[in-house]
Formats: sequence, C-alpha cells, structure tokens
Amino acid sequence: MTFNRRQFLAAGTAMAGTGLMPRIGRAAEPIKLGSILDTSGIFDAYGKPMDRAMRLAVADLNDGGGLLDRPIEIRAYDTQSDMALYAQYAQQLTRQDQVDVVHGGILSASREAIRQTMRRSNTLYFYNVMYEGGVCDRNIFINGVTPAQQVEVLIPHAMKQSGKKVYVLAADYNYGQIMARWINKFVRDNGGEVVATDFFPLDVADFGSTIAKIQSAAPDLVVAPLVGGAHLSFFRQWAASGMKDRIPLASTTLGVGNEHKVLTAEEGDGIMVAYNYSQEIESPENDGFKAKWEAAGGNAGEINEFAISTYAGVMTWAEAVRQAGTAAHDPVVEALESGLSVDGPSGKITVDPQTHHAIADVRLMEIRDQKMQVLETLPQRQPMDTQAVCDLGANPGDNTQYEIDI
Amino acid sequence: MDLTVVIGIEILYAVASLALISVGLAVVFGMMKVINLAHGEFMMMGGYATIVSVNLGINVFVAMLIIAPVVVGLIGLVVERLVIRHLYGRLVDTMLATWGLSLFFIGLATIIFGNTTTGISTPIPGVAIGNYQINGYNLFIVVVSVLLMIALYLVLGRTRLGLIARGTMQRPDMASSLGYSPERIYMATFFCGSALSGLAGAILAPLVGLVPTSGGAYIAKAFITVIAGGPSLIAGLVSSASVFGVIDQIFTFALSPVIGEVALLIAAVVLLRLLPQGITARFFRGRM
Amino acid sequence: MQGTAGKDVIVTVLVAAVLIWALPLMVGTYTLTVLAIYAMLGLSLGLIWGFGGILCFGQAAFFGLGAYTYAIAAINTGESTLPMILAVIVPCVFAALLGAMMFYGRLGDVYLGVITLVVTLILFKFISSTAGPQYTIGTARLGGYNGIPGFPTLNVPGRPDLFIWGDALYYLCAVALLLVYLGVTWFLRSSFGRIAVGIRENETRMSLIGYDVRARKTVLFAIGAAIAGLAGALFANWGAIVTPGLFSLSQSAEIIIWCIVGGLGTRFGPLLGAAGLGYLKFLLGQQSMINNTMLMGLILVLFVLFLPRGVVPAAISVWRASIGRPRRAGRAGALRRNRRRGRTDG
Repeated sequence: MTFNRRQFLAAGTAMAGTGLMPRIGRAAEPIKLGSILDTSGIFDAYGKPMDRAMRLAVADLNDGGGLLDRPIEIRAYDTQSDMALYAQYAQQLTRQDQVDVVHGGILSASREAIRQTMRRSNTLYFYNVMYEGGVCDRNIFINGVTPAQQVEVLIPHAMKQSGKKVYVLAADYNYGQIMARWINKFVRDNGGEVVATDFFPLDVADFGSTIAKIQSAAPDLVVAPLVGGAHLSFFRQWAASGMKDRIPLASTTLGVGNEHKVLTAEEGDGIMVAYNYSQEIESPENDGFKAKWEAAGGNAGEINEFAISTYAGVMTWAEAVRQAGTAAHDPVVEALESGLSVDGPSGKITVDPQTHHAIADVRLMEIRDQKMQVLETLPQRQPMDTQAVCDLGANPGDNTQYEIDI
Repeated sequence: MDLTVVIGIEILYAVASLALISVGLAVVFGMMKVINLAHGEFMMMGGYATIVSVNLGINVFVAMLIIAPVVVGLIGLVVERLVIRHLYGRLVDTMLATWGLSLFFIGLATIIFGNTTTGISTPIPGVAIGNYQINGYNLFIVVVSVLLMIALYLVLGRTRLGLIARGTMQRPDMASSLGYSPERIYMATFFCGSALSGLAGAILAPLVGLVPTSGGAYIAKAFITVIAGGPSLIAGLVSSASVFGVIDQIFTFALSPVIGEVALLIAAVVLLRLLPQGITARFFRGRM
Repeated sequence: MQGTAGKDVIVTVLVAAVLIWALPLMVGTYTLTVLAIYAMLGLSLGLIWGFGGILCFGQAAFFGLGAYTYAIAAINTGESTLPMILAVIVPCVFAALLGAMMFYGRLGDVYLGVITLVVTLILFKFISSTAGPQYTIGTARLGGYNGIPGFPTLNVPGRPDLFIWGDALYYLCAVALLLVYLGVTWFLRSSFGRIAVGIRENETRMSLIGYDVRARKTVLFAIGAAIAGLAGALFANWGAIVTPGLFSLSQSAEIIIWCIVGGLGTRFGPLLGAAGLGYLKFLLGQQSMINNTMLMGLILVLFVLFLPRGVVPAAISVWRASIGRPRRAGRAGALRRNRRRGRTDG
C-alpha cells in the first residue's frame, strides 16, 4: 500500500477543518515526534521551511485521526545554528522526552553530531536533506538526493548544450569535495575533460581573480556547486563581468535555498540545475501542497527542496508506522525496509532497503525568470553512489560514513 | 599581456576595496581612539539600506551614495549618544560595548530581514580587455575609493573644519577653551565615520549576497588594516591596504583564495611584530 | 595566612560537593556537563585577563586546539589517556610560543588583541579548508567544515573498553573544574600569582623592581591556554564531534562576555558568567520569541555601561557595604583601579 493521491488530497482538505473534529480518543497516548532544526541563526533560511513542513505533515496526520488512533505530539528544538546545541538537544530528546522518532539535522556536521546518540539510544532517525552521500547505518533513513543522482542527469545534459572542456568551482567542505569528484567522473564518462577544479571556503565572496582565471582556461562549461550567501556573489560577478553569455553555467546547489529568486532574471537565466523538487512542478499534489502551505500562514514562494524532503520524510515514517501497527523501533524499521513508497509534491519517493536512502525522481531544470523550469523528469533514480559501498541487508551492523572511491 | 593587465586591475581593486572597507573604522579610530567593532554591521546596514531603497524604486546610485551613508550615519549618531559617549578614553570597554552592539544589530537585522540572502545586481556592465571580460563595477570601486581618499585628505588637511577636528582630537581642553565643544565634535566625527562605513557597505552590496552576518567578513580585515596602518590616517590606510591587497591577490592568483587570506593574516602578524613601536608610539604613550 | 588558606579550601570543597550533588536534581546532567566545561573555559580567560591583564581575543583558539588535538590523537591511539595529556600540552606549548613572540616584542593591549584575533582567524580558516583527503594526520581526517566525528571518547585509563560517559562524565568534569579552581586559587596565592597581579597593576614598576615581566606574562598566558585546552578536550568528549566553529570569533566573543558579565578580577565571576549564560542560551533554544544573538549583544552592552565590574564583584561590594566584612577589599579595589586606568592615561 502506498500513500496515494486520494489520501493526499483528503489530508489536504481535512486541513481546512482544523479543530472542528476532535475525534481522536483523548485517552490514547500520543506518539512523540522529535524535531531538531536550526530555526534561528545563519542556517535558518533552510531550517524554517523545514520546520513548517514538519508541522504541516504532523497537522495533516493528526487531522486524519492521528496514527494508529493515537495523536502525534511534536517536541521541537531550535539549535540556533550551533553544533554544540545539536548534541545537547539530541540527549534531551532521547533521554528526557524519549521520543519515538527524530526528524532533523541540516548540515552534515549536525547529522554526525547526533547520529551516534540516536543509534545508541535506539531512536529512529530521519535526515531529510540532500547531502554528500555514503552514510551507512541501519538506524537512519535519508530522504534527500545524493551527488550521483543529480550529476548523472545534469552533466550529460549540460555537456550536450556546451562542450567537452569543464571548469569546476566547488564549496570547500565535504559536500563540495565529494560532488567535485562525481562531476569529474561523469565528465570523463561522457568523453569530456575537467580542465581545473577550484575550492572555495564558505566565506569567500570575491571571485574577481577566479573569473579571470576561468577565462584564461577557456572552458566550454562551468559547473559550480557553490553554497551559501557569500558564494552567491560568484553568480552576480560572473554576470556583471559579462561572462554569462559566453560560457554556460550549471550548478548542483543553486536554488536549494531559493537563491534563484535573489538573483535577477538577467543574472540567473540559463543556469542549468537538477533537483528532486521545483515549485514549478505541475501536479495536483504540488498545487495542493502549495495551497496548504499558504493556508498554514506560509508563503508558497519559500518552499524548497529541503521542506519537501522533510514533509515526505514524516509521511514515509507515518506510513511505516501504519504498516507496522506500532511506533516501536524495530517493526517500523522492518516496514520501511519493505521498499515502501509515498507520493508527495515531488513525485514518488521510495525507501531503498539496501542503503536506507531515497529512490526519487530527478528533474532537469533551467532557471528562467527567477523560476526553475522543469525540462525533463527522470523517474526513480537510484542512490547509486551509496549503493556502491553500503549494503545494510548483508551487513546490518554497519555504522560508517563511507568516502566513495571513484 | 592581457592577463597581466587583468591581474593588475584585480590587484588595484583589492587594494581599493580594502581601503574602502577600512576607512570608516580608520576615521573613528584615528580621530577618536575608539575601536568600533560594530563597523562590519554598520556596513551590513548600509547594504540593506541600499537594497531596500532600490526595491522601492530609487535610483541605485542615489541609494548607494546618499541614502545609505545618511541612514547609517544617523544610526551611528544614536549609538554615539546612547553608548559610546559614556566610554570615551576606555579603549577596551568601547571595544566590548561595540562588540555587543554588533551582536545586537545582527539580531535586529535577522528579525527584520530574515537570514535569507538578498541582493541587487551590479549597475555597470562588464568591460572587455583584449580577450578578457572583467567586472566593470570593480573599476567603479577603484574610482570611488580614490576620490574618497582625496576628499578625506582635503577635508582634514585643507579646511577649517578639519583643522578644528584634528585640534580637538589632540587637545580637547584647548579646543574647549577656544570655544569649540569637544562633545559636539566627537559626535560629528562618529557620524562621519559611521556614514563612511555605511557607504562602503552600500558600494559593496551589488557585488555580494547580503545576510545579517555579512559584517563579520569585513571587520577583521578592516581592523587589521587600520591597526597596521599606524598613526597617519590616510597615508597609513593607503599603505597598509596596498601591502595587504597586493599580498592577498598575488597568493589568490597563484594558489587559491584561502591561501590569499591566510597570507594576508600572516603578513599582518609579521608586520605588527616588526613595527609595533613605530606604529603605536604616537597613539599610546601609556600602555593602553 | 596558612590557616585561612586551609579553611578556604575546605569551604570551597564542601560548597562544591553540595552543588555537584544537588544540581542534577534540577538540571539534566548532560547540560550540566557542558556548563562545567564552559565554566572552566571562562576561568581560563578570567585568570589571564582578570589577574594578568592580558586581553586575549583568541581564547577560543586554545579551546579548539585542545578539542582537535584530543580528537586526532584519540583516533590514532584508540584510547583516551594520552590524548587528554596531549590536549593540555599542545595548546600550552602553542600559547607559550605565541606569547613569547608577543610579549618579547613588547606589544601593547590593542596589538595583543589584534594578534590573538588574527591567529584565531588563521586557525579557523585553515581548519575550515581541510575538507580534502590530503589533510590527514595519522589515520585522522581533519574533515574541514564538517569537523571530525566518531573518535573514541573518554575511557578509564588503561581500559579502552570502559567508557566514561553520561553521569560519570558529569562528575568527572565537575571534579576537574573544582581541581582547576583550587589550582588557580593556589597559584594566585603563590608568589608568582602575586607578581602577576603586580604586573597587571603597573608593568613598568614591576620590571624596574627586577622581575622579568615578559617571561612571567608568557608563562601565565601558557597556563591559561592549558586550562582552555583541557576544557576543549572535555568538550570534545561531551559532544562527540569537533567542528571549526570551536575556533570561531563568536566563540571567542562568548568567552569574553562571560568574563565581563561574571566579573573580572575574581575567580568565581567568569565561572558563574560562563555557566549562567550557557544555561540561558540553552533555555532560549526552547523558545522562538526572542532573538538570542540580539539578547546576548544587549546583555554585553548593558553590562559594559552599567555594571562594568560584573555581577560577582558588585555582589561582593554590596555584601561588604551591608554586612561590613572588608576582607576582600584589596582585590576588588585593585580591580576597579585597573578598569579605570584606561580613562586616566589612555
């Protein structure tokens, strides 16, 4: 059984009648869902939509009568973009609140800060963010796409549009480093060549000399997995120096924090990206979700990939609880490992039993008029990078984050 | 050949932007011996003032060159009246208080604008140099920076106002007995310093994505440039900005931006170790 | 003199024992552990700033260095005893070298501030840019922005399989804090400590009397760094992950705020400031009404303006005024003079 379109819409309409139907048995003990996100501090642009999506999902479930006739109760903590607080609140959630499941974590560092605590206390953990891949741990379920899923779609398309010489500019941390290696692999697989790779710490905001360097290398295509506010300057300065019309640009990160709405149309137009979600997806699920988001007091323009992943993460967990008939740890994990899938605003998302990662649709998009226009949808891409190193079926005790050799 | 010209321009731009981000801090420190650690946040507010004005439909140059400095100058005035004036002469205490202010303004900007990146696009098109395209806005920054230095020199050195200001900074008691109120001159100086910080933030705004924490990226560099610059306000600023700008860009080109920044910081430590007395002697006769 | 010192130690130990026993009844031990660690970190800056007059903008550098040293050594050795020792020694040696460079160059306050700040920035930038696989020490990857997770945490010496965590880690940290506190007390009562205070009060006079001011300041600076390193190693154990954020300027700022709020020139002030504000930050994370950064900034500004001496010295003088026990007059008075000095000859 999957969470199908009809149920999805039913949940949506039920939203409108919030509070009118107190039909949940009052005596039933609530199921506790822990949430741990940066809803203040420098990462709150990601954390706030995720928090709203989580609350929206729980409200949907509660309006539909809760789970197993038990209401769901949220225990949410704001980590203020401080890694030390992740460790602290993870302890709070597992020891004092004793929640049944934890959703959250944004940066990879934050996930690693709490993953072992969750594992040790046998608390089911969902990480709903697109990340660098490679985590292999039976206690965690990961709902975001990994580098291979994006790049295998993006690179051949971008190279077809431009040429064989590629220049890579990546953010200098795990994600960027690993992403750069995958880009390298797919460029080679498609018969091209990476002429240079530059890494930038997250606070570098001045790209003048880099732009000159790129010009002297004269590539056919620039791929830029750059991250955060400072790196946004690159796209500005690139356009300002008039390079935008000379060398095409592709990115695996631009737009995740809705950056394409900060850039003007002239600066952003034509940049190629590939993600699971775009606000421009035309489907009843997406329209319904946007309407619900607005009804809950949000602005549909702020919905992003992470928010959709979070919503799908909560729904996936809920579906597993329904199938297992209990919120207890082991049965829910087994239900999730049955290859369960849910339909959401970004299409079908399936749990890969081998890696606990998501099998998801990847969409090839192009930024146009501050929107991510979908060019093509490639259904159900496998997390093949993590699959290459991780097999939880064969090795359920595994507890590492692999670096994938390419 | 083209590449050499491009590199030359990038170096010039690096020096100019370093001078630009330091000038507000330099005026306040050089004239008043107050280190304003909220300088970066003043720049950030200048950036927001520009972006808000442009979004309201005001011409971008008006917003950058007039509105932003005035708005930030006024904020500086309030800060001076409420906080700084109680702390004159207590160098360490003003540093701590302005550090507190910087956190306060980050929080305030977060409440008002959120932590999402905002920005406007550059108003000047790219320029072709041989086979290379460079950002025309970089040249604009160089021009503004040079004009600013000249203006500052003329105001301080060639006008009566500048004379009074410099006199007051050296001997407030004498200025006071000549009929000038040191209190008001301090106030005016702080206003000007803040306005210059706002101007710098406004001019850099089209180049970067702005978030409330943007100021943090500038304060350390500005602080180092000003301190290493030494007693003479303008000459010090220009000389230290040149040293650091050149080192930064050469290493950035040859290796990477990180190495460039680290080289800048190491150069600062070495410079301060080699020339501590020469720089400090004039400002700090005692220990502080 | 000997008698009062002995009595003080006994009183301190008794009060601490009661607190260590009573606090877990009100606050979770996991949170208390980190508060004890923050307190130790606050004490490290309180020692060198409040008693040595050295304003260090980079105390976080030593904290982070301790944490990273521990994490890297623990991954390489697979146990925790040697890494704990290294985590104290490495920051201490680093500070001794840095201190020697600064103090023998006779750098003044502001320049000291700039250099410590710049060194912290260099470390932060360096550690943040080590994401690539080429940055490896032994078997430990430095990890860049994501930090180092999954190193072995504290174990009973000689028994790598017997971990100290949870409540046990709390008691360990609390006892370590008590020992450091007693150590600092003893140090300040020793002739070295008294001379350090003398240097803070008047450097020129002390050097004319014949003391080697530069060497003494360097030693004091290194001791402060050693304490910060120990706090860093304990922090690494508590959080089970180290990230470059430990080296950040905001971390340094927090330590300075703790000292200002708690009160300089006392041993208890920075300790209380650290634990109090650390707990406040934890509480603020459970709500979303007030912006935490704004509140911290406001607290700092208000304290500098209205209570520049901090909570503890103010409380002591109120206590003295109302009860009339002038035993600590010397220390509090010296502090006031120190903080005013800038106004008279700056």
